[in-house]
Amino acid sequence: MTAHLSRRGFLKSAAAAGAALYIGANAKGVMAAASSADAALNPFVKIGADGRAIALIKHVEFGQGPATGLTTLIAEELGVTMDQITYEFAPSDPQVYNNLLFGPFQGTGGSTAMANSWMQYRNAGAAAREMLISAAAKEWGVDAASLDIVDGMVTGGGNSASMGDFVAAAAEMDVPAEPRLRDASEWKLIGNDATRRLDSPIKVNGQAQFAMDVHLDNQMVVMIKRTPQKGGVVASFDDSAAKDVKGFIMAQALPTKHGVAVYAENTWAAMQARNAIEVEWDNSAAESRSSAEIKDEIMAALDAEPTYNVNKADRAAVKAAVDGAATVLEKTFYFPLLAHAPMEPLNCTIEQTAEGKIVLHDGAQMPTGPHMAYQQIFELPADKIEINSMLAGGSFGRRATPDADYQVEAGLAFIMTDRSRPVKLVWDREDDIRSGYYRPAVGHKVRVGLDENGTIIGWDHQVAGQSIMKGTAFEAMAVHEGIDHSTVEGIADSPYTIPGQSLGLTDTKKATSVLWWRSVGHTHTAYVMEVMMDLAAKAAGQDPVDFRLSYLTGGGEADRKAAVLKLAAEKAGWGNAPAGHTQGIAVHKSFGSYVAEVVEISGNNDDGIVIEKVTAAVDCGIAVNPDTVRAQIEGGIGYGIGHAMRDQITLDGGAVEQSNFPDYEPLRISDIKEIETHIIASAEAPTGIGEPGTPPSAPALANAIAALTDDSQLIAELPMAEAGVYFA
Amino acid sequence: MAISLKLNGKTHEVEAEPGTPLLWVIRDELKLTGTKFGCGVASCGACTVHMNGEPVRSCQTYIEDVEDAEITTIEKMEEDKVGAAVQQAWLELDVVQCGYCQSGQIMNAVGLLRENAKPTAEEIDDYMYGNACRCATYQRIRAGVQRAAKILEA
Repeated sequence: MTAHLSRRGFLKSAAAAGAALYIGANAKGVMAAASSADAALNPFVKIGADGRAIALIKHVEFGQGPATGLTTLIAEELGVTMDQITYEFAPSDPQVYNNLLFGPFQGTGGSTAMANSWMQYRNAGAAAREMLISAAAKEWGVDAASLDIVDGMVTGGGNSASMGDFVAAAAEMDVPAEPRLRDASEWKLIGNDATRRLDSPIKVNGQAQFAMDVHLDNQMVVMIKRTPQKGGVVASFDDSAAKDVKGFIMAQALPTKHGVAVYAENTWAAMQARNAIEVEWDNSAAESRSSAEIKDEIMAALDAEPTYNVNKADRAAVKAAVDGAATVLEKTFYFPLLAHAPMEPLNCTIEQTAEGKIVLHDGAQMPTGPHMAYQQIFELPADKIEINSMLAGGSFGRRATPDADYQVEAGLAFIMTDRSRPVKLVWDREDDIRSGYYRPAVGHKVRVGLDENGTIIGWDHQVAGQSIMKGTAFEAMAVHEGIDHSTVEGIADSPYTIPGQSLGLTDTKKATSVLWWRSVGHTHTAYVMEVMMDLAAKAAGQDPVDFRLSYLTGGGEADRKAAVLKLAAEKAGWGNAPAGHTQGIAVHKSFGSYVAEVVEISGNNDDGIVIEKVTAAVDCGIAVNPDTVRAQIEGGIGYGIGHAMRDQITLDGGAVEQSNFPDYEPLRISDIKEIETHIIASAEAPTGIGEPGTPPSAPALANAIAALTDDSQLIAELPMAEAGVYFA
Repeated sequence: MAISLKLNGKTHEVEAEPGTPLLWVIRDELKLTGTKFGCGVASCGACTVHMNGEPVRSCQTYIEDVEDAEITTIEKMEEDKVGAAVQQAWLELDVVQCGYCQSGQIMNAVGLLRENAKPTAEEIDDYMYGNACRCATYQRIRAGVQRAAKILEA
């Protein structure tokens, strides 16, 4: 095969024009092409005359892998190797870069990055391929059907030339409405276990730029002295001692009075100055209850008639069935407030350009949130606000507040200045732990009745806790007939077929600001469902795996759930644990994916329990980057188990008692000795992977502990360490 | 106070108040941002640098105490035999997720391998205990240290 004779001619004209092929969407959201960055189009892929491709990533990269994953989709369809393509983060544009599952809103959440981008990014890559091929076919006078792009070269019928040679001509063509997607049999990259993360190199040599690393000329650092009690406001403050801190600039109460903004020349000066400021708080409207009072209220709600009958069951009939059952199991569970505590404390930097634009540098999980908020704060149209999306050092939900809390803080701190100096807002770990948005405290009470054969004949399930969605912009989407689905997801939509189940929900009084936390409602619903399944299996005298399988009989999603359960059991050697080891199992569907986990422990509760191994099986549809899938399951397990072991946020007189990692102790390297993940081969479209590893992890551990100790009360309230479990 | 800071083989004249953590001099004054702020209380290890070749938490190391020391940060690890091996192992195994803690993980892992060329899993867990990773990449960190040991052995 030889390079086509006309290649030089193309190179000349293309390079001279700085030509490029951009495939993206125009303002109407319709797939479109352009030949330069000036076009009114935001691309998903850019291809240069040098044959290099760049994927535009519309989702935040905080470790879950979209930078590599979405680039893989483009590369596969286009026909380039992973070495011939790179990525950039997309700007804020809710029309083009919206999450297709969120409406006109750009954001990452609900483990949807791959699921919503799967067809969109493949279509963009495929359209680019077809246009480049058409341009080459025209130039060479051959049938386009005889050509393909292989490793970045347009190839076929004895011709071969860099795809970069055809970008100028391709950009003049119509974008195919339905480009041919490569058949799975052609895939070289999707599902390829050899693909490495594209963001690894910069993350091992210190070059990765997180928002915390932004350092603009002449910037000020702002830290906020916040109310210790949620809802308190600044009555007055005294900054006289701060004036002795070198680098202190000024202090001003935020317009919301939720804190005092302290401006300084650098981060350390801001920390010192903030410590020196005395604030008088008006706590008349603030939360003043303690965690014990809040818990009492939740537990009392579980014994009252629920506000909402979620599944419209005849509860009286269910209760009667349970009351008349041969065996009745009753268990009450409590889950505390939890902080997200991403490694990178919250921060963002805001500046005004010479042209009057406002630019936000942010590890933005939901760019549309601050984009809309800033239109109000700065009274500017959307096109005068830019968001520079950067790497984020973790989130677990925290960077996606419906009220764009920290970006609004930065905006307010900036608007109180003359805007001549950029403002970098920095939170420290104490801010993060004390002033957070928390996984709500939740209680469950479940009564299960079994007949004399050990079959479930009634399951009365009551849930009470503070709603996450009510009162936010997401209420219309997530709350129906008063029911916040995020509090009961994982029960209301469980693939188990449980005869005679009633599900009630009561919202309890607002205690603090609450928020989705990696896997949202599944953090507690999976726990309760799976611990109860184990208790019922034990009461029935049946094996926990066999018992669960007898309720996974509906076909479809029940089959997929059963398949991961069986695979995890098989791979873990279920029932054949080494001497001195005890196993526990749990399985759960969340975010469209199915995960089963077996936790194997050793030791005892007197000398200490050791987590020896976790074996996971996952069905997340097509695993685009299998190693990323494994990594997310590993991380999801660690996140779930670490918090269940020993973390909680408690309030004393309305103020958060914890402050930093010493009293909100993260999972440590020695806590789990080994994790093994098995992926079910699938032809289904990809579903979530960032969150689904978390829900089954804590109940699988709980079930192992209950099996070891024969004491299920040890695992009824979290964290386990607080309830009497001793981890070595 | 004026201080001559020996960092990554160069001497920098910096002006900082006594009691200023080395972390903030590195990040805010020298603009080397690979060293991260995570907790400020030596409880997460994200700020780990080397002082005379040994890992220290730069958030609890004060500027007046480092004048005669050689400080090395993640930005210099490519030129270090052990550092380069650890980075190679991290790439082979794709240890990172969000990546924010990984500079500190790598700096600490280099400290471990300098002391102990063939650490067991238990020795790795003991040495790396104080380096938190909220993404929970621990299993790959453990494997990465062992892989780096193999690279260095070859």
